[in-house]
Amino acid sequence: MPTTVAPLSDPAPAAPDADRTEQLGRELDRLRAEVVAARGADDARYIRTVIAVQRGCEAGGRAALAVSLFPPAWMAGTALLAIAKTLENMELGHNVLHGQWDWLADPAIHSTTWEWDFASPADAWKRTHNHLHHTYTNVVGRDRDLGYTILRMSPHQPWRPYHALQPVYAALLAPVFEWGIALYDLEADAVTQGRKSVRAFLRDASGLARKAVRQAAKDYVLFPLLAGPSALPCLVGALTANTARNIWAHTVIFCGHFPGEVQTFTEERLADETRGEWYVRQIQGSANIEGGPLLHVLTGNLSHQIEHHLYPDLPSNRYARLAPRVREICGRYGLPYVTGPLWRQYASMWGRVLRHALPSHAGLGSRDDGGVERAVDDAPGEVRQV
Amino acid sequence: MAAASWLTSPLSPDDYLGLLDPLWSARHPAGRVTAVLPEGPAAATLVIRPGRGWRGHLAGQYLPVGVEIDGVRHWRTYSITSPPAEAVAITVKAQRGGRVSPHLVHRTGSGTVLRLGPAQGEFVLPQPLPERLLFVTAGSGITPVMGMLRTLAGRPGPVPHTVLLHSAPWPEECLFRAGLALLETQVSWLTVHLTYTRTDGRLTPDRIAELCPDWRRRDAWVCGPSGLLDAAERSWTAQGVRKRLRVERFRLAPLPPRGGDAVSAPVRFARSGVETDAGPAVPLLEVGEAAGVTMPYGCRRGICFGCLAPLAAGRVRDLRTGEVHAEPGELIQTCVNAAAGPLALDL
Repeated sequence: MPTTVAPLSDPAPAAPDADRTEQLGRELDRLRAEVVAARGADDARYIRTVIAVQRGCEAGGRAALAVSLFPPAWMAGTALLAIAKTLENMELGHNVLHGQWDWLADPAIHSTTWEWDFASPADAWKRTHNHLHHTYTNVVGRDRDLGYTILRMSPHQPWRPYHALQPVYAALLAPVFEWGIALYDLEADAVTQGRKSVRAFLRDASGLARKAVRQAAKDYVLFPLLAGPSALPCLVGALTANTARNIWAHTVIFCGHFPGEVQTFTEERLADETRGEWYVRQIQGSANIEGGPLLHVLTGNLSHQIEHHLYPDLPSNRYARLAPRVREICGRYGLPYVTGPLWRQYASMWGRVLRHALPSHAGLGSRDDGGVERAVDDAPGEVRQV
Repeated sequence: MAAASWLTSPLSPDDYLGLLDPLWSARHPAGRVTAVLPEGPAAATLVIRPGRGWRGHLAGQYLPVGVEIDGVRHWRTYSITSPPAEAVAITVKAQRGGRVSPHLVHRTGSGTVLRLGPAQGEFVLPQPLPERLLFVTAGSGITPVMGMLRTLAGRPGPVPHTVLLHSAPWPEECLFRAGLALLETQVSWLTVHLTYTRTDGRLTPDRIAELCPDWRRRDAWVCGPSGLLDAAERSWTAQGVRKRLRVERFRLAPLPPRGGDAVSAPVRFARSGVETDAGPAVPLLEVGEAAGVTMPYGCRRGICFGCLAPLAAGRVRDLRTGEVHAEPGELIQTCVNAAAGPLALDL
């Protein structure tokens, strides 16, 4: 449960002073080096086990859906397929494409060769996610993931009348999240702003079309056809599994950066940013979800979003063991460590979607869920730590 | 398979087969160790049963082997010591302070799965066989030659007369000592001279001439440390018989580009839109990385094929052989190929 801690060393700074910040950076670098040195056979076994379980669930789910006129087979098949797609998307796809497993030197589990069961082609996603989002985390105007170009999630984003309906867009996005991400990865807004050539856009669009055809054909045409008399329940099962996976992915990703206490930043924050300051921004711009081991695996360990943002390329199975140490370090440096159970982070995230649907001014911190949201130029009287 | 790949998209059916048994994967060929036979105190022969992706080998070729140690896959090449008709065997000498070879010799047992690259190398027997053969080897340079001798021994019909001059530090460290002695008594076409560096000194061109006076009239294969290879090349060249000599270098020694046209060429990375200049002796992998392109790679020595990239236009030069090759559309190994003129890669 949240507890209010004493203010930071001086009257409410947004971050520790410069020396302390660099000291923090070195401490977090040492933690990273420790994990890099310790990676080994157990980690390799972990990822290979997840791959085997995921492919087993996928094969089992498809087999059960092939006879899904029989209702228990439909239930089992849909559940297995939803689990397979969730694991594939989060613990495997997201993390392998981050290069977390490149050190295995296994060409079959490598960020350059992996393609995932998700509408967005791996290459397009690696650019918008690994490069843009992880470099410019929660910086208004630079991190396009801050609202995915359609939602207003920060007082620093100018309000437009269409934002009034953003709770509706956010809700509609969830069940078709993978298609939303795929369209978003095309960066059409960059073309209109002249940051991306029309040619590059058309090339990416045709890449997406190729991938989309295979994705849709597999789930909604080929497997139902093979199921013969079970075609319709098979199709509904695949649709249900994909929708469940999409809603889950949407939930996990929105809870990773948008609960009320997570900060957003202006572009000035990036000027001459040191490694220590980069770490501080990642901590202030991310939020964790508390839960058991199963929850962590099903979120692709993005329940440890803070650890993931500090160390995006360390193996995901290591985050759980890093978390208490990162939290302890945050406590010592007076940094927030935003965490909470799923329901609370989820409610808080929706609070933010609703709040920013209405006009507000940067600099006016507003309360929600009992927490304090601060923009960098705010001067809040207290810092909440959980 | 192509039809099934629509059902397994974005994976391939091969990914599922490989999960059931790594030997069923064709995309990532593997083999299972069926026996580990000690060859003296610090060496062993690993007999490997290759899986579905295996394309066979010729005696004298080398084999890229992917070994998992502490979760990390390491690639090394070893000469194949078995004839093409039999299960694949490699003979590994444990290098002091090494990581992979001691693991293979001392800590690998039956049942271990190893990833396999395709067998490679031009250090093989020609067809038809020449009239007389000479093998000169030192240390583990005997390994590819052992494969050739065993192949000759298994041939039906007459075998050309063959001389083997092999040098080892001392008898205990001489690979295949008993096997060679036995083979020499079993066949009439083989003469073996073993020399020991500790007592006899190194195998020099003079000693080769002394032990095998008709060396100029034999087709020769030389394999061992680079000092031996360099001396042999000088000696065979001086006698005007360089064409009869084949050498095998275990270490990759990039060749300088042919001719004096040592100018850089423009290279375009088509998908990333990066353009840069490539020196004629710089592997394209390094060219791409220096220009900030995300290059796929594996082991960087031309043996594991993790760095393959499609050539969109132009031609490349293989730094190991100096040959200019590859046509547009072909997959090239960026770690051992340099630009032979302007080219574009689909990366």
